Amino acid sequence: MTKAGTKSTKASSRDRGRARVGPLAAARSPAAVLDVDALLDDPGTGIIVCCGSGGVGKTTTAAALALRAAERGRQVVVLTIDPARRLAQSMGIDQLDNTPRPVSGVGGGTRKKSGSLAAMMLDMKRTFDEVVESQASPEKARQILTNPFYIALSSSFAGTQEYMAMEKLGQLHADAQREGTYDLIVVDTPPSRSALDFLDAPERLSRFLDGRFVRLLLAPTKGPARLMSAGVGLVTGAVTKLIGAQVLRDMQTFVAAFDTLFGGFRQRAQKTFELLQADKTAFLVVAAPEPDALREAAYFVERLNEDRMPLAGLIVNRASPAPEGALSADEAMAASVRLAQERPESVTAGLLRLHADRARLVERETGLRARFAAAHPSVPTAVVPALAGDVHDLAGLRQVGALLADG
Amino acid sequence: MPAPAFPRAKLHVVTGKGGTGKTTVAASLALALASQGKDVLLCEVEGRQGIARLFDVEPLPYEERRIAVGLEAGDEHPGTVYGLHIEPEAALLEYLAMYYRLGRAGRALDRFGVIEFATTLAPGVRDVLLTGKVFEAAKKGRRGRDSRLYDAVVLDAPPTGRIARFLGVNSELAGLAKMGPIKSQADSVMSLFRSERTAIHLVTVLEEMPVQETADGIAELREAGLPVGGVVVNLARPRDLDEADLKAAREGTLDRAAVTADLETAGLSIDDGLVTGLLTEAHDHAVRRALEDHQREIVSELGVPTYELPRLAAGADLGGLYELAALLEQQGLA
Repeated sequence: MTKAGTKSTKASSRDRGRARVGPLAAARSPAAVLDVDALLDDPGTGIIVCCGSGGVGKTTTAAALALRAAERGRQVVVLTIDPARRLAQSMGIDQLDNTPRPVSGVGGGTRKKSGSLAAMMLDMKRTFDEVVESQASPEKARQILTNPFYIALSSSFAGTQEYMAMEKLGQLHADAQREGTYDLIVVDTPPSRSALDFLDAPERLSRFLDGRFVRLLLAPTKGPARLMSAGVGLVTGAVTKLIGAQVLRDMQTFVAAFDTLFGGFRQRAQKTFELLQADKTAFLVVAAPEPDALREAAYFVERLNEDRMPLAGLIVNRASPAPEGALSADEAMAASVRLAQERPESVTAGLLRLHADRARLVERETGLRARFAAAHPSVPTAVVPALAGDVHDLAGLRQVGALLADG
Repeated sequence: MPAPAFPRAKLHVVTGKGGTGKTTVAASLALALASQGKDVLLCEVEGRQGIARLFDVEPLPYEERRIAVGLEAGDEHPGTVYGLHIEPEAALLEYLAMYYRLGRAGRALDRFGVIEFATTLAPGVRDVLLTGKVFEAAKKGRRGRDSRLYDAVVLDAPPTGRIARFLGVNSELAGLAKMGPIKSQADSVMSLFRSERTAIHLVTVLEEMPVQETADGIAELREAGLPVGGVVVNLARPRDLDEADLKAAREGTLDRAAVTADLETAGLSIDDGLVTGLLTEAHDHAVRRALEDHQREIVSELGVPTYELPRLAAGADLGGLYELAALLEQQGLA
């Protein structure tokens, strides 16, 4: 932050107050700049996972990265979770059909290789159903798919969406390997309570499927009742009291039918986890320049390191554009007040207040980013200035892509 | 000051798309209510400790803690804001202890992983527990160890996309469980949530996606028979330029010479960069303002009372919260 003021050409007596508002100063030092194009062009990058807390622009970032990669010659598929309607429409995926659809209008004649882009929107229930169908015999699959407990679990269990996003990633990856259809998969992650849920969901589900409670549910259908310990009786009694006998029976049927699939599920979860740890995977943590989003991002960065997941960098979305010139917020405010007294009709006082407001915002955001960078100096960062409007077409995505590459 | 728009509401649910500042609005609303002499419980259910951060207090336990007092207004004594961080695991154990006296079985449930199963995996149970606790805090004639009676409860709720399902979870439950204690509990929760004692406010910013989501959220809530309160437009840009100037700024016809002369009058040393910079910023601002105005119009056509809070350049700290609370009071939300 000390190298600001390059644009300052004015009296040096005012320079002291200006050091802070160098455009993007904090992003350039101490943290390295994230080279998005190098990441996208590297044939070793096979999977990009965009994660971060809700409302920071993950979906748009994922789509913009995918489009840019395609237009730079990669064969890309982007898996989105819950895109805005118009963005989805512009990519031709406004219908949930759980299959990648080619996106038309993707350009890119400048490179030798011509790229392509396909997009899909996750249908979590269908993905779950497909897993069941692929793992169980048709008869057993039918039993499971019609079980009320399964229907509730597959459409509303906290974590199903996360789990299914990872499941779909595994499928896309396997297909791409087998058929050579895509060489880059870009994944958006669900807007969960915690940005980490998608890492934990497979583990949680397999822990549940493996857990004592499930074995306990299975017990009555498997062994003679006299083998049940007093504890088991107590628990089933309590559960029955709480949720009712019918629900308990549904659960038991579900678990019994699901029993043979457990191994398969656990294996799949384990494989996806390994895929996420592979060198060809790159995690991008997306944040907005707000304390909460950056705190969540910091937590995520630490967690990825702990789990040895390959972190490529941080993207700070929607940064306020740095004000032009070196006039500080305080100077602008003071001048605005003087002017408002002398020329109340003048628009200039308003302009100065706007400038002061923007300078303060930028100062605050720069401080927040600097704090993040100080704690995580090794995380390369790209800062994307806020656009005036929402992004809902390929042109908008292209623009975001260019800004991402500008770092 | 206008009369409060929801005089009968005791439970204020505040939802909004991620990033719109619903926690800030919920906290401001709680302070505004406290400034009218009410004792308020501010609850959060997403495990983020956002309330503690905003009010700059220690992370909240699963226990009602005093976190702030309202502003003194006239001769009325201000009320107190209490904070509560609702955790599903603790809520489940409390619930079991309260209604079932499970004793040994309760501990066995924990040992067998049933508690974890119920609060993380079982569909809907988590939401049942969270809403159940909010209901318990808001209901009349609350009993039990150190339970305070509150004049109002403000819930920092899950985001707009999940709110109807979150609040409606008990009606699903009441449908599933045909009788017994769960059924009657679910019924009484729903009757509070559906009555005029509840008001569900939606927070948005003036951008296309959040406004669209707000409209969808309102439709969903209405369909579920849940009472929509107001829409709070948050983080609005400053309005330092009037219509004519905005138009000129957008079209690039602001008088450069006049601005230069003004800056001289104000005692600033002028260079081309300064004037050009200010005019460019004005242009950007005017473009965004036009987009905001368009969204504001859409919000005003949603058919619910709307309120507006400015973006605070320094961020929302405790001082900022009191400022926002005063604005909500002035506009009649509290």
